[in-house]
Amino acid sequence: MTRVVFLIPTPLRPFADGRSRIEVDVAKDPPALADALEALWDAAPGVRDRVLTEQGEVRPHVNVFVGAESCRWTGGQATPIADGAEIAIFPAISGGL
Amino acid sequence: MKSVRLLVGTTKGVFFLRAPAARTAWQVEGPHLAGRAIYSLAHDGRAGRQRVWAGAASMHWGAVLVPTDDWGRTWDEPPEANVKFPADSGLALKQIWQIEPGPDDEPDTLYCGVDPAALFRTSDGGKTWEVVRGLLDHPHRERWQPGGGGLCLHTIVRDPGKADRMWVAISSGGVYRTTDGGRTWSARNAGIRAEFMPEKYPDFGQCVHKVVHHPTRPGRLFAQNHWGLYRSDDAGDSWQDIARGVPSDFGFAMTMHPHEPDTVYIIPIQSDMVRVAPEEKLRVYRTRNGGGSWEALTRGLPQRRAYDIVLRDAMTTDSLDPAGVYFGTRNGRLYASNDSGGSWRVAIDGLPSITCVRAVVVDDRKPARRTGARRSARR
Repeated sequence: MTRVVFLIPTPLRPFADGRSRIEVDVAKDPPALADALEALWDAAPGVRDRVLTEQGEVRPHVNVFVGAESCRWTGGQATPIADGAEIAIFPAISGGL
Repeated sequence: MKSVRLLVGTTKGVFFLRAPAARTAWQVEGPHLAGRAIYSLAHDGRAGRQRVWAGAASMHWGAVLVPTDDWGRTWDEPPEANVKFPADSGLALKQIWQIEPGPDDEPDTLYCGVDPAALFRTSDGGKTWEVVRGLLDHPHRERWQPGGGGLCLHTIVRDPGKADRMWVAISSGGVYRTTDGGRTWSARNAGIRAEFMPEKYPDFGQCVHKVVHHPTRPGRLFAQNHWGLYRSDDAGDSWQDIARGVPSDFGFAMTMHPHEPDTVYIIPIQSDMVRVAPEEKLRVYRTRNGGGSWEALTRGLPQRRAYDIVLRDAMTTDSLDPAGVYFGTRNGRLYASNDSGGSWRVAIDGLPSITCVRAVVVDDRKPARRTGARRSARR
């Protein structure tokens, strides 16, 4: 079992019972980001559709960081996840026109 | 006592304006759903409701339909996205361009049109939405092309007398009609010129910007195209050019007079390459003879150094007599006429860029009924 922590940005906290941090346990071994995200959706279902499109892609103006690196550069949702990893969801600075 | 409410969608949220029936002074409040782009608004007064639906798009978090039953005091943000393409389509929702309540005798039916071009339908008051497969799987889809606003299904025109007949307009795909409740759709663009294509009169691919009709004459349609003003007298089977006496036949906004089926309003724009008011004059054009001729309506509108333009859903009418006519500009100014367009006043200035405007006449003595048709918790 791998335990990871998600950091939830302010705009998404209404869909996460107001929480800024959500700890989840990921059963799959070894886990990838997609597995950790599945665990997050179980804990906060409303966050899913705000982060992913209905086709399961991370939205173009959302960034998901595993540690200090955006998953866009580390294999997307196949990015490996280590025990104790901190995964942060951020709105990209490209948004907000 | 009657009052008029204006529902104003902007790139930064929803504003509500309110005025007594004289419609000379407006109170404004908002923004609601602040920061989100509102490209579609609809009022649903069926079954005793006073429900407003907003198509709210966040550049970051996607687009959802959000209703309010109390003029914005509370909004029912859906816990999960409520308009979603099926997995096998490979498509993902970008924007909700149009919301259209269904027939009066089906008060839980609504439609919405979206980008990428598709039509969704709910038959349970908005709890669940399903894509209309007949259009999603249309063989023309792969050849539709996005315009500046995306590949959007932006117009839904129902036939109030024939529940199975409906028209939709796609930029750029053209006008499509169903006569079997959405199972099959046929392109209906004969006579509409596609200036931007080598074949000038293709079966489909035209960039239609708006289609309107009067409910008492549903088979007669008017269309404002990306270049071209047209009328169809045969439910879209053929179209005739009616762009006589207008400074430009390019434009977006078009709306119907509520009581006069021969009266239509447009706001021309100086060409697709420039996109400002023609000759720097902001003018509404009105035909009172079904497009036979057009007159400029200018009283109260800036006639020098005017660069504002009006988007496709940012002009509307109310149902009073004389009719109120309203339009909002990309520069955030909302104009109101309480005499069918004879004169105009600025109802409010300084809003964010206005994307859509809807008008509702409300009997303030009659309380709205909550129907409880939704599933989401209040936020």
